[in-house]
Amino acid sequence: METMNSSLPLLILLFPLIGFFFNGVIMPLAYRGFAKTPANTAGGIATFFIGLSFVLSLFAFVALKGATGNDPSLVTNCFDWFNFGGLVIPFELRIDKLSGLLVMIITGIGTLIHLYSTSYMHDDECVGRYFSYLNLFCFNMLLLVLGNNLPLLFFGWEGVGLCSYLLIGFWYTDTEKANAGKKAFIVNRIGDLGFLIGMFLLFRELGTLSLTSINELLHNPDVIARITPHATLICLSLFVGATGKSAQIPLYVWLPDAMSGPTPVSALIHAATMVTAGVYMIARLNPLFELSPVALQVIAHTGALTALFAGTIAIAQTDIKKVLAYSTVSQLGFMFLACGVGAYQTAVFHLMTHAFFKALLFLGSGSVIHACHHEQDMTKMGGLKKYLPHTHVTMLIGSLAISGIPFFSGFFSKDEILYSTIALPNGISYLFIVGVLTAALTAVYTGRMMALTFYGKERLDHHTKEHLHESPGMMTFPLYVLAGLAALGGFLGVPHLMGDYLGHMPHFLSNWLDPIVPAKHLPLVGVKLPLHEGVVMVGSSIIAIAAYFAGVKIFSRVLFVTDLLKGFGPVHKVLANKYYIDELYHQIVVIPVRNISKFSSDVVDRYVFDGAVNGLGRSVRWMSSGLRGLQTGDLQTYGIMMLGGLLLAMFFIFKVFI
Amino acid sequence: MDSTSSTLLSWIVFTPMIFAVIALLTPSFMESKLRTLTLIQTLVSAVLGIMLYMGFDGTSSTMQMVHFIPWLPDWGINYRVGIDGISLPLVLLTSFISPAAILGTWPHGELKKEKFFVVLIMALQSGMYGTFLSTDLFLFYFFWEIVLIPMFFMIGIWGGKDRIYATIKFFIYTMIGSLLMLVAIFWLIHSSQEFFGQPTANMAQLSQMSFGFDGSSLANAFRSPQTYLFLAFALAFVIKVPMVPFHTWLPDAHVQAPTVGSVFLAAVLLKLGTYGLMRIAIPFFPQAALYFSDFFILMGVIGIIYGAFCALSQTDFKKLVAYSSVSHMGYIMVGLFSFQKVAIAGSLYQMINHGISAGGLFMIVGFLYERLHTRNLEDFGGLAKIVPLMAIAFMIMTLSSVALPGSNGFVGEFPILLGAFQVQPVFVLFAGTGVILGAIYALKAYQMVMLGPKTTRHDVSHLHDLDAKEIIAMITLTIFVFGIGFFPRTFFWKSDATLEEYGTTVIQKSRNP
Repeated sequence: METMNSSLPLLILLFPLIGFFFNGVIMPLAYRGFAKTPANTAGGIATFFIGLSFVLSLFAFVALKGATGNDPSLVTNCFDWFNFGGLVIPFELRIDKLSGLLVMIITGIGTLIHLYSTSYMHDDECVGRYFSYLNLFCFNMLLLVLGNNLPLLFFGWEGVGLCSYLLIGFWYTDTEKANAGKKAFIVNRIGDLGFLIGMFLLFRELGTLSLTSINELLHNPDVIARITPHATLICLSLFVGATGKSAQIPLYVWLPDAMSGPTPVSALIHAATMVTAGVYMIARLNPLFELSPVALQVIAHTGALTALFAGTIAIAQTDIKKVLAYSTVSQLGFMFLACGVGAYQTAVFHLMTHAFFKALLFLGSGSVIHACHHEQDMTKMGGLKKYLPHTHVTMLIGSLAISGIPFFSGFFSKDEILYSTIALPNGISYLFIVGVLTAALTAVYTGRMMALTFYGKERLDHHTKEHLHESPGMMTFPLYVLAGLAALGGFLGVPHLMGDYLGHMPHFLSNWLDPIVPAKHLPLVGVKLPLHEGVVMVGSSIIAIAAYFAGVKIFSRVLFVTDLLKGFGPVHKVLANKYYIDELYHQIVVIPVRNISKFSSDVVDRYVFDGAVNGLGRSVRWMSSGLRGLQTGDLQTYGIMMLGGLLLAMFFIFKVFI
Repeated sequence: MDSTSSTLLSWIVFTPMIFAVIALLTPSFMESKLRTLTLIQTLVSAVLGIMLYMGFDGTSSTMQMVHFIPWLPDWGINYRVGIDGISLPLVLLTSFISPAAILGTWPHGELKKEKFFVVLIMALQSGMYGTFLSTDLFLFYFFWEIVLIPMFFMIGIWGGKDRIYATIKFFIYTMIGSLLMLVAIFWLIHSSQEFFGQPTANMAQLSQMSFGFDGSSLANAFRSPQTYLFLAFALAFVIKVPMVPFHTWLPDAHVQAPTVGSVFLAAVLLKLGTYGLMRIAIPFFPQAALYFSDFFILMGVIGIIYGAFCALSQTDFKKLVAYSSVSHMGYIMVGLFSFQKVAIAGSLYQMINHGISAGGLFMIVGFLYERLHTRNLEDFGGLAKIVPLMAIAFMIMTLSSVALPGSNGFVGEFPILLGAFQVQPVFVLFAGTGVILGAIYALKAYQMVMLGPKTTRHDVSHLHDLDAKEIIAMITLTIFVFGIGFFPRTFFWKSDATLEEYGTTVIQKSRNP
């Protein structure tokens, strides 16, 4: 391990924070009031600072690439955040090959989305607030990946949750949107408790929370022997945190609601960066998770189930952003499936390609929504291809990538996940079937989304159609950049089988991540299911292509849409209503909590605790009113009582002291 | 130690009193200047606080700047003030929250009997400083009781509709605890005669005495003198904290008290209880404290959850914040009784942090009440657009209250939970649900006031945003919220030596006397 002291990590982290101060404090002062900063100024400042971080992250990349050691890293040790009573938590930022990759994704895609937002949010009255939140989000997200200990990671983890809350409820005058933000924060907090408990357990067992130290200690056989009995509990606690942040069953419910935020926010936070934090955490702590096969199985099953479950919901949604939201949940499930079978590298690979194509799809949908006057219902779109040529082309590339059509980025990462489920020792063969099924579903609903939006009959109302326009260059430019990445990004992880034919093209990502997330050998024929890698690859390609075109063809014919859905009747109803999970949670969680709280304050506090106190007060008053009868004012009575008292006192004094 | 520094503590204690005399002597035509006088007093106290911080030696764990004047030497009772790393942050909290409270909460209109009000505020501060700085047990009791009186009148005279009920409840509750404590104090002073040959009320000496304790069974424990003494002190302190089930005075007192009273009550007065536990009940009787620690942790956890549930269903904003105090103070109980160094340190930080966040939230309640004359959450809604500065201040206090990392709240709660988890994982798991419930009620309150459509119950379109004084108050608190959140060491490093020594001694004495 080679550690270089450098201020790069700190600078990368601080620039977005400076941007936040500009838009949050300085600009309102300069323009004497909130909501007065012009959109281009606010957007320009925000984009500039996050762009600066991106440039610096490229420098960091170059530095890491040029470094000679096995696990090079750039470290800034700023100060001791906590240091008392045996708990030392330095504010230490570290760029290594894993966090370096993520920093590039965050700042790179972040810059594009800031740029896009400048145009998208141009007419919003609170654009300054918007950009300050967006910069603050980047700060927290960067802290999450740069922090070299779990409390700092948790700092970022909760911080992105806050920004997510603020941005989902950005248009807060709408109660529903404000509620969605609140729901996101609270559901995430449930997961955070799991994260905290996991952290406490780790501290108890290892006495440190530093990521470097943890991973180093876990190379020591003695420590491994000591911690293995607790590993399952620790990993599962941490995974509870991941289910919250990364929207897995059972805590995924906040993500679909989170779509009420501005669309670029969905692209940045709820697709490309924040929701992948759970995957990052598991990849980062992979030596720990390796110790618990049980926890890995739980993760694999949760991921696979979430992927399939969310995929089925996505197919019945009519809101374009809801389709993408459930699709994100589903794709995150894929990443956890990969983690669960031990293919952490592949999970990170899919995290990256997903960031490209899902950010692209969200921004594309934003462009569509922008064009259609904030219409999100796909049943009111159709045939937009000729009006929005740039949006269409780029979104098409995104769709092909997510569907796993050969040689687009999603193909490589998804295929690697599928093959890992049968080729790795921790693999589970039936989850391979679930994976293939989900992949097919993904292609169908993506095809359906494209068909309902861009192809078939035009179902727009007259008014919207008149104002239909392609988005300006500031919005289409990021789309094209992301489209390029979505199309070609997969070549960073060419499987060996194919690489051999392409003039020994290496699996770049695998080699890059190897020091932190060790590469695992994938045999040519699966161990859990005797399928050749090539067979899986070809098979899944055929399924993806067929499913995608089926989706497009079926749903392009508008008559067919309603007929087909009607044909499914009750099934469609259940899917369209998302399996009634929100209603279920309302019954078994929200209402009981409300009732307990009513009971606590209206019954227990009023009648039990206060009742006891007031009862005591009343009885004192009652007794004293009885005693009042003694105050007769008659001197003789007083004299007799005095004598009696004196005798009593003497009696006690004799009894006690003599 | 030179003579100037050794009288500094007495200056801190009595400066408010001196100003109170000036206020009393103010001729009636000058009475409009009383508010300015109060502000000047709090600022002078703040400057003295800064001088104290500068002069404090952070490497020493013993009492510093001791000022000693014989009082009743035959009984061992003396005027003796001193400061160490435990009282330092609490004194500083008092000296910084006071000017903020004065700036942020003064009623916009006329106030009846203003002179008396001002005198009470000053007396209250003297009492608080005195309690934190006393190193003589009897003097401690003296100041402890002094604090009660201004609060009693403040609620009783300037309170809301049910002020008499509330203030009597507050008074009786506290008195019951105090009387038991007084008996225990005399017992202690009396037994010190046997230990040292002459009576003393010097805390440093008293803490070296050890009383018999037999923890072999519950019955034996209850026959041990240490148990009586511990429980007598602990009861007085936990009523003040307040610990469930002795908490019901708090919501009533808060709801009825004028805003400035609520701020002092939440920010400083509650800490007198936890300070007492930390300074007296636990270190004087460590074995009994350890023996009953499970019970107190359990009550702390119940307080966290129960307080949060109660807060959740309130529609009265002030009552919601009051119950949130019950919940947040529960963490301190958990931390103190876990007998873990990290958690004990966290408890001290939490005292400061809760003072800031609860004080801030009560100020927000006050801002709204001054403007709209209601505290009913259903009467608000959509105010963020109209009063953005208030919305920002409220958001910052909310973040501090939900203990978001980066805010001061996290700096207290995280070490408490981390430390307590090492010995009581199950309790901490339950205490952790407070993290979730806390977010629910805090965000609910924020949303009902600031978000959603604009309320139609009041004409809020001409609501004025924070004025300059209120802004200064909020900025002061905000600096502490994020300053402590990001750089806790900068604020608390001077307490390290004391906390280290305290933790070692208490943990060691609680196990083998």
